[in-house]
Amino acid sequence: MPQAATRVPVYRGRFGPEQAERLLWRAGFGPRGREAEALARKGLDDAVRWLTRPGRQRFRGPKPRDEKGRPLAPRDAWGHDHLWWLDRMVRGNRPLMERMTLVWHDWFATSNEGVGSQNLMIRQNALFRRYWLGSFKELTTAVTRDPAMLLWLSGTDNTKWSPNENYARELMELFTLGAGRGYTERDVREQARALTGWRNDWREGVGPTRFRFDRERHDVGTKRVFGRRGRFDWRDAVELCVRHPRHPSFFVTKLWGYFIPTAPSRGTQRALERLYVRNRYAVRPVVAAILKHPQLYNGPRMVKPPVVYTAGLLRAAREPIETESWTWLCANAGQQLFYPPNVSGWNDDRWLDTATYLARWELAGRITRSAQLDPGKVQAPFDADKLLDRALAFWGDPPLSRGTRRVLRGYTRRALATANSSWKRKSYPALIENSLRHLIAVSPDLQTS
Amino acid sequence: MARCCDEFSRSSLLRRAVAEAGSGLPAVEPGMPIPAGTGLDRRELLLRSAGLALAVYGAGSLSLPGFEDGILEAAHAAPAQPVLVSVFLDGGVDSLSMLAPVADPDYRRLRPRLAMPDSALVFSEDARLRWHPEAAAFRTLHLEGKLTVLPTVGYTNADQSHFTSRHYWEVGATNPGLRTGWLGRYLDRAGSASNPLQGLSLDGELAPPLATRKAPVAALRGAGNYRFWSPGVWGEVEREMLKTLGPLGGAAGRRGKALASVAGIAKQAQTLRQQLAPFGGKIASPVPYPTHRSSFPQRLAGLAAMLGAGLPLRCVALRAYGMYDTHDDQAEPLAQGLKLTGESLLAFQRDLEARGLADRVLTLVWSEFGRRGQENGSRGTDHGAAGIGMVMGARARGQMIGELPPLRSALDRQGNLKATVDFRSVYSSLLEQWFDFDGAGAIPNARAFGRLQLVK
Repeated sequence: MPQAATRVPVYRGRFGPEQAERLLWRAGFGPRGREAEALARKGLDDAVRWLTRPGRQRFRGPKPRDEKGRPLAPRDAWGHDHLWWLDRMVRGNRPLMERMTLVWHDWFATSNEGVGSQNLMIRQNALFRRYWLGSFKELTTAVTRDPAMLLWLSGTDNTKWSPNENYARELMELFTLGAGRGYTERDVREQARALTGWRNDWREGVGPTRFRFDRERHDVGTKRVFGRRGRFDWRDAVELCVRHPRHPSFFVTKLWGYFIPTAPSRGTQRALERLYVRNRYAVRPVVAAILKHPQLYNGPRMVKPPVVYTAGLLRAAREPIETESWTWLCANAGQQLFYPPNVSGWNDDRWLDTATYLARWELAGRITRSAQLDPGKVQAPFDADKLLDRALAFWGDPPLSRGTRRVLRGYTRRALATANSSWKRKSYPALIENSLRHLIAVSPDLQTS
Repeated sequence: MARCCDEFSRSSLLRRAVAEAGSGLPAVEPGMPIPAGTGLDRRELLLRSAGLALAVYGAGSLSLPGFEDGILEAAHAAPAQPVLVSVFLDGGVDSLSMLAPVADPDYRRLRPRLAMPDSALVFSEDARLRWHPEAAAFRTLHLEGKLTVLPTVGYTNADQSHFTSRHYWEVGATNPGLRTGWLGRYLDRAGSASNPLQGLSLDGELAPPLATRKAPVAALRGAGNYRFWSPGVWGEVEREMLKTLGPLGGAAGRRGKALASVAGIAKQAQTLRQQLAPFGGKIASPVPYPTHRSSFPQRLAGLAAMLGAGLPLRCVALRAYGMYDTHDDQAEPLAQGLKLTGESLLAFQRDLEARGLADRVLTLVWSEFGRRGQENGSRGTDHGAAGIGMVMGARARGQMIGELPPLRSALDRQGNLKATVDFRSVYSSLLEQWFDFDGAGAIPNARAFGRLQLVK
């Protein structure tokens, strides 16, 4: 086969602020200030390097607080887990790391609804962050013994005396191979046997604790998995899945879908699979190749997940986290962190319906609320173009399509025309500027990237 | 803190996912039944005449406007038909706490830390029993002769999985493979082909007891809360602003799925907002309901208002307030659940009486199982077998059915209460006495279960 066919195509078009803006949204939470321009100046290669090999972790801006001005208690207080992570997305300088952590949270979807411990959920979150672009095999191995996962998918109920297939099934169906791809019901049962042995204690006041491997509970017998025989244990169970010939295609398809809404060509798909296997299941080169792929820049837009949308608006408006409302506002929009709807994660195709649209409206309104202009104190210009410019500046001047500009300008003119008395001419421009900020945030340009 | 068992969380998660999906099943654990109604075709209907946003399930052949006509037709045809409301206590309520045999010599041995004081409220039909102190509303209904209590209802060889046992109750048979609900099968045989309000779920998603094979049924989604409010904007500016929502959604074009969906949804949201605006979402009730963050009292208030407005409802299902899977520290959550559920049901009954509807409505209260006789080491109780059931209404017989025998003989070998009444007897009797419908038409093997006098 010719060498060219094995390479992943790279975007060679113009890499200006518009392309950098899209990259920042797909690989992070959108730009802050003039970040898109700065990234564009680096060029595509350096921009992707900046994302995949970031500098030392830093957080900018005021620390998050609850309503009463107290620091967050992410391990204890309801909803603070969500706020704690949202804040990292808003203030952190490693957007792709947070974004990959979100990818893994969705990929190995664990809900605190079943775990019942914010502490263990945050511990799992640290695991995802640690392995963010590392080896998928090591990540999956670490997830397999992660306490939250052991509780969520019955890992500590899985003993040699009464095997529990819960984790074994999802390991293959949702995490590594895909439903019905290259395994049988017998493989599920045998993998469950390989995975036996984990246990934990439960202590009053602490909850589940002392997660450990107990040889006594492990089935040491010979298992037969994917046609191979051996005295497999939990490490082997993972290894067998990752080395399965149908794993690379599953991995690439799933990972690609987080960044690009249209399927890769067969050539790209196969080149990415080879890249993945050649690098011994390392995630970084695959993500870097996807972020440089022409389809990311030339293809259609994607609906931003609710948490990405929220974090991005907070970044753009330079708004610190000062209310617990973000937890339920995001939940209404369909995404409360640490509470995916089920073990297969959030459904990325179904973020928008009439109810979640209203929730996004409320999210945007919560940000514009704290900075709203008081028409009794502020006099805004009686000029449609100036009002629109001022409202755009509130969000850091995001690029708007021509169509959206036209609709907003038309609305502004009509709203100004209702001012048929002198007090209205004085006060309405401020109301309109408030409304424009809100409308811009729910425009298709900002709901998608 | 009341921790619930993992199996419970997971099954409720799966159920929620099933209800939301429509797009396919999540992975259900082996051996666990698939909830009734899964995969039914689901469409959105706005019932303009009543200001309700409905999700309609089943009956793929009829167009949405056809349903609106069907509902109006049904409302005119039979305005005074009987209504059955199913109220589910989620998690398996501890019947031994709700109606406790305090005088039984074995009670304190089984419940050394959870036992109720002797001074609790006397149950008038059996001097050995006491109502839970926070179940006073149930006691009021019972003293008025409007509450039938079944202290040990269930089935033999009770399954102790939430998921499975609840499924049995939902489908009206101990058959994990059945995919239609017991009330759904009744509606399939005796219901209308065009009136989805005949089977109404009030929790926003299809309640499995109402799952039909072909007759349309509906789930109510919050109608009154569909409001768009913008900080610092009002009057004429606000009106112009909200008119812009639809056009703005489509302003960036429709290239690709994402932009097309924003455009479509923004337009739908605008339409829905305009259509629901006149209804404001406020329910005027003739009696006070408990004020609480839970929506349970408001759902009952809304139900009474819908009945008052003449909507053609027949079978209605909703979840009660509370989480009854009390494995740890059960005292507080149980008390809270019983109190609000009882007070809300009492308010609902009073509301129906004030509206002159009391003779038309019967409410069945049930849970998937009871709890273990012996309390566990964490001031809680584990899964049991028979539990408590109740039938409320002006025409409920109002007398105890079945019994709570002395504890020394009431428990099975696993230490769980044995059923003295089978739930399928309750279902068959309700269908026959309340709907005048042969129980065998909806309950498999109905002949095998005795009939109870439930309606007076």
